[in-house]
Amino acid sequence: MGNKQTIFTDEQLDAYQVRLLHGRYHELAPHLVPMDYTNDPDCKLPLALIVNMPELKENPFRNRIVEAFSEDGAGNLSFNEFVDMFSVLSEMAPRELKAIYAFKIYDFNVDNYLCKEDLEKTLNKLTKEELTPEEVELVCEKTIEEADLDGDNKLSFTDFENMISRAPDFLSTFHIRI
Amino acid sequence: MEQEKGETGETNEKGKKKHGSAKKEEKEEDEGKHTVKEEAQEVKKKKHKKVIVTSSEPETSEADDHEDDDNEETEVRPESLSPEELEKLKEAMDERKKLIQSLRGKPWPMKQKLDTLRESQEFVEKHEGALGKGRGRKLYAYKVMMTKKWMKFQRDFENFKTACIPWEMKIKEIESHFGSSVASYFIFLRWMYGINMILFGLTFGLVMVPEALMGKSYGSIPRKTVPRAEEASAMDFAVLWDFGGYAQYSVLFYGYYNNQRAIGWLKFRMPLSYFLVGVGTVAYSYMVVIRTMARNANESGIGDDNSFNFSWKMFTSWDYLIGNPETADNKFASITTSFKEAILEEQESLKDDNIHLTRFLRVLANFLVLCCLAGSGYLIYFVVRRSQKFTLDGLENHTWWERNEVNMVMSLLGMFCPMLFDVISTLENYHPRVALQWQLGRIFALFLGNLYTFIIALMDEINIKREEENIVKFNITMWEASLYNGTLMENSTAPPFTIHPADVPRGPCWETMVGQEFVRLIISDTMMTYITLLIGDFLRAVLVRFLNNCWCWDLEAGFPSYSEFDVSGNVLGLIFNQGMIWMGAFYAPCLPALNVLRLHVSMYLQCWAVMCCNVPQERVFKASGSNNFYMAMLLVILFLSTLPAIYTIVTIPPSFDCGPFSGKKRMFDVIHETLESDFPVWFSKVFSYASNPGLVLPFILLMALAIYYLQSTAKSYKEANVELKKKVQMQNEENKKKNKRAALKAQLDLEEARKAASQAAEQQKNNASPHDQEANVDNGVSQILHHGKNGSNPPPPVRGQECYLPAPVPRTNHRGIHGATGYRPGCPQQSETRMYRVPSLQRH
Repeated sequence: MGNKQTIFTDEQLDAYQVRLLHGRYHELAPHLVPMDYTNDPDCKLPLALIVNMPELKENPFRNRIVEAFSEDGAGNLSFNEFVDMFSVLSEMAPRELKAIYAFKIYDFNVDNYLCKEDLEKTLNKLTKEELTPEEVELVCEKTIEEADLDGDNKLSFTDFENMISRAPDFLSTFHIRI
Repeated sequence: MEQEKGETGETNEKGKKKHGSAKKEEKEEDEGKHTVKEEAQEVKKKKHKKVIVTSSEPETSEADDHEDDDNEETEVRPESLSPEELEKLKEAMDERKKLIQSLRGKPWPMKQKLDTLRESQEFVEKHEGALGKGRGRKLYAYKVMMTKKWMKFQRDFENFKTACIPWEMKIKEIESHFGSSVASYFIFLRWMYGINMILFGLTFGLVMVPEALMGKSYGSIPRKTVPRAEEASAMDFAVLWDFGGYAQYSVLFYGYYNNQRAIGWLKFRMPLSYFLVGVGTVAYSYMVVIRTMARNANESGIGDDNSFNFSWKMFTSWDYLIGNPETADNKFASITTSFKEAILEEQESLKDDNIHLTRFLRVLANFLVLCCLAGSGYLIYFVVRRSQKFTLDGLENHTWWERNEVNMVMSLLGMFCPMLFDVISTLENYHPRVALQWQLGRIFALFLGNLYTFIIALMDEINIKREEENIVKFNITMWEASLYNGTLMENSTAPPFTIHPADVPRGPCWETMVGQEFVRLIISDTMMTYITLLIGDFLRAVLVRFLNNCWCWDLEAGFPSYSEFDVSGNVLGLIFNQGMIWMGAFYAPCLPALNVLRLHVSMYLQCWAVMCCNVPQERVFKASGSNNFYMAMLLVILFLSTLPAIYTIVTIPPSFDCGPFSGKKRMFDVIHETLESDFPVWFSKVFSYASNPGLVLPFILLMALAIYYLQSTAKSYKEANVELKKKVQMQNEENKKKNKRAALKAQLDLEEARKAASQAAEQQKNNASPHDQEANVDNGVSQILHHGKNGSNPPPPVRGQECYLPAPVPRTNHRGIHGATGYRPGCPQQSETRMYRVPSLQRH
C-alpha cells in the first residue's frame, strides 16, 4: 500500500529533509540499504558505520548517542531510528525531548541513573583524560552535590531535568545539523 | 493507486498534501453528508484504531478498502446531530489536533509516532467537513512553511553577522589554549580597534579629506609651505621620521589648516567641522565606554547563577556541531582549561590561612610599592628639569641620549617597574584575579605619574612658544614695513607683492608642536613594545629551546624558561596608548589613523607571539569581572586625558599664524560665529537666552538632583535583587533537605515492607509455588514504592504505550538483566528494576 511513504507528513518532518536523510543513510552502506521502502525492509546498519559519519566523528559521545537511539541498545539503527536520532538532535526539537535523550546518552551503564561512574566517564571523555584523578573526583562530587535533589548520591532523570532546564547553553550545544 | 500517491507524496510535501486532501475530499464527496456520526462515534474510533494497527504491518491495499467499507457502513446524516454531540465531536477533534501538535515532543520511537499521527490525521480529516474547518489545514501548512523560512533566514543572518566579526577564530584558539584571562586582553584589543576605526572615520572623513580635496593646495599660502630655511632637509628620512619637514606641513597636523570660513563649492565649514569633530570624538568615546560598562554590569548580574556551575560544564560544554578535528582539539583543550579554572576557584574558596602573617606581608608590600612610585616620580621630575635646562642651552650641544632623555627614562621605568611590582606581589598571596587588579592599580599609578610629568613639560614648552609669538609678531610687522618701503622707493605705482610663500617669516605654532610631541611619543612607545616583545619573548624562547641541549641546568624548567603572557602590562599599555590618542587627536588629526594601523599590527604580532613563545599560566583563572575593571580604568583615563586638551582649548588663545582658528581670541569662538551667521536670527536670540547664567545654573542643579535620585533608586534595586537571590537560594536548600528527608522515610518504609513481605513469604513457603511468591512480593513492594517515592519517579507513563507492553513481559525481563536494555521513560518495568536498586543503596 505504500503507507511507509506517506508517513513523512509535513506536520512532523520536512519531507525534503527526510529524503536527504535517506540519501545519507544509503551512502553509509549502498549495498545494504534499499532505495525503495515499499516493502518495509528490515535493514539495520551497525554502530561502526554510523559513528563514522562526519557529523558524529569528532563527538566524544558518538557511541552513546547511537546506542541511545537504537532499539536493541547495541547501536544498530534502522532508518526510522536514524531519522529519530537526527530529528531529536535538530534545532526544532523541544527542550524536554532533548533532555530525555541527553539523559540516556550520558547514562553509560544504562541503569536510568547518572551515578558517579557515569559522571567520571563523561568527564574523562570531555577532557581526554587530562585531569588528575583528584580533580575528576572533585568535579564529580561537586556535580552530584549541585544537582542531586533526593539525596541518593546519583542523578535521576528528575534531577537531571531540573538542572538542564535552567542551563542557558543546552539547546545550542545539543544540536547537530545535517 | 496508493503507491503512486505515496511516491509523489515523498517528493513534494505540498503536492502530497494536495493529494492527501484531495483524496479525503473525494471520500467526503462520496459519502456526501454522512461523514459525521453520533452514537456510533466511539465504536467508529475503535474500528479506526483496529484498522490502522493492522495496517502498520506490511502494507497492503486492503487496509484502505477496509476503511472504505467502514465508512460506507456507518452512514450518518449531519441533520441528525444534536448540539451536545456536536460539542463532543468538537472536543474529540481538539484533542486529536493537540495530540498532533505535541507529537514531536514525545519520546516515543518513530514507528509509534507515525502510526498515531496517521490515525489522528485521518480522524480529523474525516470529521473536519462536518465542522466546516476544511480550509484551515492549508492555511496552517502555509504558516508553518513561512515560519520555517523565516527561521532559516534569521539563522543565516546571525551566521553572517558572526562571520563578519574579525579575528574570531584566532581569539578562540588562544582562548582554548591559554584560558579566558589571556583571551580577554585580545577581546579588549579588538574592541579598541573598533572604537579607533570610528574615530578614524570621523577625523579622516570630516577633517582630513575635505581639507585635502577642497582646501588650498600645498604651497599656496605661507602656512602650508615648508619655510625656505628648512627646505633643504625637508625630504630626509630622519626628519620625516621625526614628523618634521613635509610631514609637518600636511593635513596630518593642525598647522596646515586654513582659517577660511567656508571652502570649496560645497561651502564646507572647515573650522566648525574641525572643532565639532574634536568634541565629537570625546563625546563618542564617553558614550561607548559608559554603554559598555552598563552592559557588562547587567550581564554580570544575570549570568551569575552559580548554582549549577559544574553540572552545566559537564553536560552542556561539548558543542555537538563540531565536525573538524582541529576545532575538536581546541574544544577539548578549552573544556579542560575551563574545568581547571573552576576547580581553582573552588579550591581558593576552601583555603584558609594565617590572617596575621598575611596582613603584615600585605602592608609591607604596599609600603615597598609606595617607595617605588615615589622614587620613579622624583626621577622623572629630575629628568624633566634637566631637559628644560638643555633646551635653554640649545639642543645641538648634547648627545642623543641627553636630547631624548625624558622619553627614554619614561619608557624604561614603564618596563622595569611593573616587573618589580610583580615580584613584590608574591608577598601578598592574593587570589590571582585580585592580584591582577592590584598589579593593574599600581602600574596605573606609575603611568599616571609619567603622563602628568609629560604634560607639565609640554605646558612649559607651550608657554615658551607663546612668548616667542609676541616677538615674532613684532618682527613680521617690521619685515613687512621694510618690504613695503623698499618697493615704494623703486616705483610709485607699487605692483602687488609677489613673495614666495616659503620666504614669508612664520609665527611659531604651538599646536603643531604639541601634535608632533604626541605622535613621536606614540611611535616610540610602539617601537618599544614591539622590541620588548621580540627580545623578551621571542629571543628568550629561541634561546631556551636551542641552548637547552648544551647548558648545565634545565633552561625550560629552571631560570629563564618560557615567558607567560603578561595580561596586566599589556592591558595597561593599551589603555594608556588610547589615552595619548584622546589627548592628542585634536592637535594631530592623523593620530587615530596611526592608532588603527598600530592596533592592526599589534593584533597579528601578539597573536603570533602568544601562540609561539608563551606558555599558559600555571594557575589559570577566569577573567569574569575583569572586564568592568578595564572599562573603569579606561573611563578614568578618558577623563584625565581630555582634561588637558579641554584646558588648552578654553584658556590658551590659538596661534595667529596657523590652524583653522587663527585670528580668533579663543578656539570655541567659532561656535559663536556660526550661530550668528549661519543660523536664523531667532535661533541666536534663543541661544543667548538659554546661555544666561540665571537659567544654566538651576538647570545644572536640577540635573545633579536627578542623578542623585537615580543613583539611590539603583542602589535600592540592587539590594532588593540581592535579597531575592538569597531567598531563592534558601528555598532551594530547604527543598533539598525536604527531599532528602522524604527519601529516607521512603527507604525506611520499604525496609519495613520487605521485612513484612519476607515474613509472609516464609509463612506461605510451604503452600504456594516459588513463582507466584516472588510475584506477590514484587507486587506488594512495587505498590509501596509508588507511594513512597513520589518526587523521584520518572515521568508518568504515556497512555499510548500501555497497549504495546503486555503485562508478563517485565516480569520475565527483570529477573535476568538488571539494567534493562530496552528502557523507555514511564515504562512500568522500570519501577521493578528500581526495586533492585534500593537495597544496594541501603548497604551504602
